[in-house]
Amino acid sequence: MSTAVENIPGLDVLDQSLESQMTLSMGPQHPSTHGVLRLDLRLDGELVIKAIPDIGYLHTGMEKLFEYKKYQQGIVITDRMDYLNPLGNNLAYVMAAEKLLDLEIPQRAQVIRVLFCELQRIASHMVWLGTHALDIGAMSVFFYCFRQREKILNLIEAASGGRMTPSYFRIGGLMMDLPAGFERRCKQFQDDFLEAMNTFETLVTGNTLWQSRTMGIGVISGEDAIDWGLTGPCLRGSGVDLDLRRDNPYTGYETYDFNVPIETDGDVWARFRVRMRECYESHKIVRQALERLRPGPIKADAPKVVLPDRDDMRKHMDSLIHHFLIVAEGFNIPAGEVYMPIEASKGELGVYMKSNGGPKPDRVHFRGPSFVNLSALPVMSEGEMVADVVAIIGSLDIVLGEIDR
Amino acid sequence: MLMEFVEKLKAENAAWVTEVVEGHGEVTVIVPRESIIDVCTFLKTTQGFDMLADLCGGDRGPEEDPRFEVNYHLFSTKHHNRLRLKVLLSEDDPHVATVTPLWKTADWHERETFDLFGVIFDGHPDLRRILLPSDFDGHALRKDYPLRGYEPYSMN
Repeated sequence: MSTAVENIPGLDVLDQSLESQMTLSMGPQHPSTHGVLRLDLRLDGELVIKAIPDIGYLHTGMEKLFEYKKYQQGIVITDRMDYLNPLGNNLAYVMAAEKLLDLEIPQRAQVIRVLFCELQRIASHMVWLGTHALDIGAMSVFFYCFRQREKILNLIEAASGGRMTPSYFRIGGLMMDLPAGFERRCKQFQDDFLEAMNTFETLVTGNTLWQSRTMGIGVISGEDAIDWGLTGPCLRGSGVDLDLRRDNPYTGYETYDFNVPIETDGDVWARFRVRMRECYESHKIVRQALERLRPGPIKADAPKVVLPDRDDMRKHMDSLIHHFLIVAEGFNIPAGEVYMPIEASKGELGVYMKSNGGPKPDRVHFRGPSFVNLSALPVMSEGEMVADVVAIIGSLDIVLGEIDR
Repeated sequence: MLMEFVEKLKAENAAWVTEVVEGHGEVTVIVPRESIIDVCTFLKTTQGFDMLADLCGGDRGPEEDPRFEVNYHLFSTKHHNRLRLKVLLSEDDPHVATVTPLWKTADWHERETFDLFGVIFDGHPDLRRILLPSDFDGHALRKDYPLRGYEPYSMN
């Protein structure tokens, strides 16, 4: 967070004797910084010669908080990290715990997890497209995007009761089964969504103003992208063929048929195209997941970890005891450490979890894709115009809740 | 598959590997502090671990020695394997060489680890706090740092 200006390396690029040069503090309340990001921009006229991101305005000590909460309580914290992709955070966290426990998750729960992760990815991309377009000056796109996102949030609300903070995935399975009529509502969304994508393509993709604002801006090469640790659409926009859903598969992604969109230019336009094409792929996966939904259990067979059904608790003494113990004391996870990476909507979301045998984790670390992607902002924006910095931030699709944690 | 890389490490220089821990399909190699640059260079240039997926610190508690650990999660964009390197540091001397010359992404990760644990990365180009304010007292993720802090922090 804010540091005394004279201590920051790179300041010497500013030649105070030149009248054309100045320092501009952009943010933290700037609307185009997608939250509370502050940029220290050293400018020569309108040209950016140095960009220094300043983060930490939203730091709430979540990683510290994990160490004081039981494993099942930690899920609630993950919702608040990347608040545009809460189900992805839930998934990474619960899968890390399940990996330590060696739990087997039933088929239906796995399919529902994939279904919701892909719906959430579309929702996250809708917010990205809307705000990115808003930043660049196309206001109406925002309303169309949020209409689609609203439909997905309604689906998530129907299943979990929460819109922005679902906490739907639990260690060992799901909170509860899908409500009656969910599949019909989901299919309805499925049918409408492709038409909405057509609207976006007409509004944005073919728009020459949009093209001239995004093409050739904020270029990063494939090698640089790997060096800076970029993942997700930002990496695939630079021509690197990497998608953890295919390359380090989890939750049964290896059995789904989908393509990994690649663009080679490495500019804002390439990242835009990758995300747009990903929406179609997610749409395909949602359709396959809906076809695979079969009745079955949604919780793993592990009575000491998974909360029993209400009905069981009324009939069986041991279910009641297990319920009491899990809620009052939590469950122990054997000592060990794991790193669980998933492909979230913004890139590799990795959870490092270390247990020393108790009901609370010893250490939980979130490798947020936004955190790493933002660290490459200076390379992309130096040498560009101030107005292009806004376009580049939009193309990185950052969420400060995840960066500051 | 992962043990192959460990065997290659051992064959290259036996002193590079202090201990190997396997579990949950992952391999952790505990590396002496002095060798971390050599090990990372070897793995990056000859074994294809071209990406540093994550770097994070850990605190085993004030009574432990060595107290701190730094975890390097290496990833290959070519063969998609992951390897965890771990460096153990004592409380009196929490210094380790920076890996920013190998991976630029280590810059912010190391700043975060410095900020929250007080681990000092020697040779880092810009080692200052990243999440907490520059005049913050203490390192918040250490086990002996209270959850609610020492006193309410006010920004001036």
